[in-house]
Amino acid sequence: MSLLDRLATRRNESGTEATSPSTPEDPVFATKALRKFLASLLSHEAPSLLDLGPVVGANVTFFGEQLGCKIFVEDLFAALDRHVHGGKLEELPEFLTKRLSQPDGTFDGILCWDLFDYLDRASAQALATELMRLLAPDGALLGFFGNTQSHEIRYTKYIIVDEVNLRYRRYPAARGRQVTLLNRDIIRLFPSLRVSDSFLLQNNTREILFRKLA
Amino acid sequence: MEREIVNIGKSIVIKGELNGSEDLTIEGQVEGTIQLRDHVLTIGPNGRIKAQVFAKSVVVLGEVTGNVTATDKVDIRDNGSVDGDLVSPRVAIAEGAHFRGSVDMQRKGAAQPAAKPVAAQANTPQPNVPQVAQRA
Repeated sequence: MSLLDRLATRRNESGTEATSPSTPEDPVFATKALRKFLASLLSHEAPSLLDLGPVVGANVTFFGEQLGCKIFVEDLFAALDRHVHGGKLEELPEFLTKRLSQPDGTFDGILCWDLFDYLDRASAQALATELMRLLAPDGALLGFFGNTQSHEIRYTKYIIVDEVNLRYRRYPAARGRQVTLLNRDIIRLFPSLRVSDSFLLQNNTREILFRKLA
Repeated sequence: MEREIVNIGKSIVIKGELNGSEDLTIEGQVEGTIQLRDHVLTIGPNGRIKAQVFAKSVVVLGEVTGNVTATDKVDIRDNGSVDGDLVSPRVAIAEGAHFRGSVDMQRKGAAQPAAKPVAAQANTPQPNVPQVAQRA
C-alpha cells in the first residue's frame, strides 16, 4: 500500500481532513522530501516527532490524528527572537545545547524547517549536535536550506496541506537569514547522519532529508 | 434544562485541589490541580493557571502552565497560551496561540497502523494506549 493510500486510509479512519484551516491566500509549493519523511515516520509504531518551528494547529492535527505521532513543539524561532531582542546572541549556542533535555534517541523524526538559515555557525553546530543526539536510530531529520541570499527579515511558517504540498506564511522576525550554507557545510553539521535525499525546488529551497543509521 | 456554568472571577486566587461536577470558567488564578472529569473547563482571557488539569474539554484563552489531560478536546484559542504537555484525542490550536510542550492524541479502540511495527526505541516515550484509532 502506498504512502498516499495509507494516509488516505487514516484520514477516513479519523474522520477528519488533513488540510489546514482555509487560508487560500497563502501560497503553496510542492515538496519532494516531506513524503519521504512521512514514510520514515510511518515505519515506526507510535512515532515521536520534534517540531522546531512555531506551533501550527493544522500540522499538529496532521501528525497527531493521521500519523499517530506524539508531537513535541519547541519553537526555536521564538527563542532566537528572544535572544536577539535581549542582546544575548552570544548565549544562543549554550541555550541550544541545554534547551532540549530529552534523552538520547527520543525522536523518530525531527522537523527543522529552515531554522539553520537563521543561525550563526556556532549556534548551528550546537543545535545540530543536539539533534543528532536526540534522533533515534533509523530516524529522519528534515531541513530546508535557502539557495540564494535573501534580505527579507521574516520567518516562514510551513503548513502541511498534504504529503506533497506545503502552504507557507511569512511573519516578522528579529533578524534575517544569516548564511547560505553550501551542501558540504550542511553535511558537515551532521557528521553522524547520512543524506538520504536532497532536492532543489523551483523556489530555490534545498530540501535535505537525513537519516540516522539503525 | 439550562446548563450551569460556574465562574471564578478575576480577583480570586486558589491554591490547592479544585474538583467539580459542572462546567467551570476561570478568570482568576489557580495553582495546584483541577479536576472536572466530565465537564468543560474554560480558562478565560484573564485566567492564569499553574496546575495539572483533568477535564472532559479544556478551552484556553488565558495562560496555562502545566499538563492538560482531556478526554474529549483541548482547544487553545488565539492569544491562549499553554506551557505543558497535552493528552487528548482532539487538539485544536489557533493561529496566534502559544504552545510549548508535547501533544499526545491517544485514542481509544485503536487499530494497528498499516506500517510495519518496529521495536520501540530505547528511551523513546511510549504512550500507554495504541496510537492509531478508528473513530466513531
